[in-house]
Amino acid sequence: MLDKIKDFASEFFVTGDPLILGAQVSIALSLVAILFVLTYFKKWKWLWTEWLTSVDHKKIGIMYIIASILMLFRGGVDALLMRVQLAVPEVEFLNAEHYNQIFTTHGVIMILFMAMPLMFGLFNIVVPLQIGARDVAFPFLNSLSFWMFFFGAMLFNVSFIIGGSPDAGWLAYPPLSQLSGSPGLGQDFYIWGIQISGIGSLATGINFVVTILKMRAPGMKLMQMPMFVWSVLSSCITIMFAFPILTVTLFLLFLDRYLGAHFFTLDGGGNPMMYINLIWMWGHPEVYIVILPAFGIFSEIVSAFSKKKLFGYKSMVFALMSISFFSFFTWAHHFFTMGSGANVNAFFALTTMLIAIPTGVKVFNWLFTMYRGRITFPTPMMWTVAFIPCFVVGGMTGVLLSVAPADFQFHNSYFLIAHFHQVLIGGVVFGYFAGLYYWWPKMFGFRLHEGLGKWAFWFWNIGFYVCFMPQYALGLMGMTRRVNEYNFDMGWQPLNVISTVGAFLMGAAFIFQVWQIAHSIKFYKKEKDGDAWDGRTLEWSIPSPAPLYNFARLPQVTHQDDWWEEKQRITAGEPAKPLAPLEPIHMPKNSGIPFIMSVCWFTAGFGFVWDWKWMIIPGLIGVAVCMLIRSFSYDTDYYIPVDEIERTEAALRGTK
Amino acid sequence: MANAVSTPAGAHGGHGAGHGGGHHDGHHDQESMKTFGFWLFLITDVILFGTLFATFVVLRLNTDGGPTGAELIEMNGIIISTFILLTSSFTSGIAVLEMNKGNKRGLILWLAITALLGASFIYLEVTEFIHLVHEGANIGTSAYWSAFFTLVGTHGLHVSVGLVWMIALMLQLRRRGITPVTKRKVNIISLYWHFLDVVWIFVFTIVYLMGVM
Repeated sequence: MLDKIKDFASEFFVTGDPLILGAQVSIALSLVAILFVLTYFKKWKWLWTEWLTSVDHKKIGIMYIIASILMLFRGGVDALLMRVQLAVPEVEFLNAEHYNQIFTTHGVIMILFMAMPLMFGLFNIVVPLQIGARDVAFPFLNSLSFWMFFFGAMLFNVSFIIGGSPDAGWLAYPPLSQLSGSPGLGQDFYIWGIQISGIGSLATGINFVVTILKMRAPGMKLMQMPMFVWSVLSSCITIMFAFPILTVTLFLLFLDRYLGAHFFTLDGGGNPMMYINLIWMWGHPEVYIVILPAFGIFSEIVSAFSKKKLFGYKSMVFALMSISFFSFFTWAHHFFTMGSGANVNAFFALTTMLIAIPTGVKVFNWLFTMYRGRITFPTPMMWTVAFIPCFVVGGMTGVLLSVAPADFQFHNSYFLIAHFHQVLIGGVVFGYFAGLYYWWPKMFGFRLHEGLGKWAFWFWNIGFYVCFMPQYALGLMGMTRRVNEYNFDMGWQPLNVISTVGAFLMGAAFIFQVWQIAHSIKFYKKEKDGDAWDGRTLEWSIPSPAPLYNFARLPQVTHQDDWWEEKQRITAGEPAKPLAPLEPIHMPKNSGIPFIMSVCWFTAGFGFVWDWKWMIIPGLIGVAVCMLIRSFSYDTDYYIPVDEIERTEAALRGTK
Repeated sequence: MANAVSTPAGAHGGHGAGHGGGHHDGHHDQESMKTFGFWLFLITDVILFGTLFATFVVLRLNTDGGPTGAELIEMNGIIISTFILLTSSFTSGIAVLEMNKGNKRGLILWLAITALLGASFIYLEVTEFIHLVHEGANIGTSAYWSAFFTLVGTHGLHVSVGLVWMIALMLQLRRRGITPVTKRKVNIISLYWHFLDVVWIFVFTIVYLMGVM
């Protein structure tokens, strides 16, 4: 009996690596600590009613952001481990297998479990406030999306200590990701973790398209929407068309592994290259999905801190929409070496170059917005200004990569690694940081310490260039990606050491950010005014943090940058818009179903990984039962009475 | 649902009060928003099936020396099940007409007929799959059969989900009658049902007519 348990445990848990053992112990300890704190301070009920069952878009947004920052930490530690190995290739700090696992999880986590949730967090917090709505179109579905993402991410992460991590690269190309190439369980964790969270992302895409098209405040025309809302719209439309492809592709890979199908196998008539085409039909739009909202954030910030209307509003909208369209026609540039012939490669090279044009339009629009503006430089604006040159270089190296014949040389080298890190860090991460700093006072009602933010800014930026500029050179010197060792006589070590130093500078920058948040909480100073930056759009017209119902009265919109125009009118001595009488506000009730249903998905997914029918069947039944319960429940909403709104408003505005 | 029934809904999923003009009880908005959201979901489902069709077309000749579809598939059963599914689309249309007339019993009756036709379609499909497996073609036989079973099976799974959903809806209709909420739900499931019919026409054309005959 005891031996049986021992056998099982040694198969169940990942064993034999001191680094992982340390992680297991620390995870177990922190779990115990969390359980203890929650029980000791009697916070279980609070956690359940205020957060886990909440359908409030602001709380869901905050949970997304917390999860993404945790994932940023994990993905960042992965990156540092890889950089250490590459700085000292003669020491076997990470063996080949461990190194493969780490670059795989680093990629998946950074794109799918860091960038995506950080993006969704900002969508959730900002979009309803900017369009003058009281929530998203489908608050229940929104909560479900979050918990599907969360449990999908947990399922993926648990592979680190249970069962073994995936190690076939972040996009898991077959035949390596087939049973023949990856017999372990890591690949199954990969499939189910991404599948479950991917369904959540798809639902979020639909949710926000409906929210933006149907729930704008009275009077707000499409061409008066803040640019961030436009960028969310274009991103969500892209999600709607791209994510079903991911769902199918992962499902087919699952059938190959689980039922012995022959979609992507080398035998039985399967075609591995089809997987690579399909995954990039999702994967290329995916990188635009994450960058488009960053463009929107920069547009908001540039305009707010230049005290000017955004330059070229219409061309900006056109650029966003055409990027989201063209993003579906560039996928084959990820594998020009497939052998599809000159004409096909020429087509994809041209579309790739073409998509740089709308991006260039946007850069000029930002520059012209700043031109002759009264510019100030708090942290959000610093990130924006730092982004522009960084992204231009990253974009130009992308155009170099799009030249198909040249790509045969750059392909899979560190030149490519440097390129996509430059657009993803310099574009996406800088963009979301800028957004986080910009909207932080709106989310929490206090400001972040500017001085520490500047330290973090400089460490991030200097660290970035020190880390990635040498990698362009390394790529041209012939260093390929995904190698954990190289010979001293290749001459790559000096640049690799510099690159590693840069990575640690970025690690230090992250510590500054954590310190900044902790410091700002400790010296908490409540925002007196909801309008932290003298902003232009509707979210700044209400108190910070926003009350449950956001707007006591729905705003009547007449202009682009309506709140700014309103302030101008008041300054000019014109009468403010008359206040309509308060009316009861219709709100959705909280629900535990999204959480429970996602736990059921997690159970089913975990069961599929181990092929444990006793977990798969109850898990799937649980999912179905949750859906039916929801279908049969009609009591899903309530009204906030007028006197309660009056009390809340008086309390919030009274501190002014 | 644009001309929703005037009976006030006691309880309905909703919150976007007052958006888009004068009326502050947002249920018209809420119900039409859900229908719009469902249209968007159908777009994503089109992409899902599109990917499966593309996969099937790419792999249609990859039988790896094993049996081909033309050798094993019995077209008679397929033609019968095609007519059954097309008829069920028609009956679901009648159900919606009955609903618009305000006839609760007619609505439930025609939904039940639709569900029965759907169930016979699934029965025939399962029988066909069992037949194929007996003839030596399963999901692991070759890439062709992997793509065949996945595409046709995904459609069948959609129909089965629709059946459970339809039964749940009939129970709700019996208890609550025709309200703006149940009306929206019937309209949505009827959209879904017609959509599955359209997908089946493509399955029939691409998988069976072009692939087998």
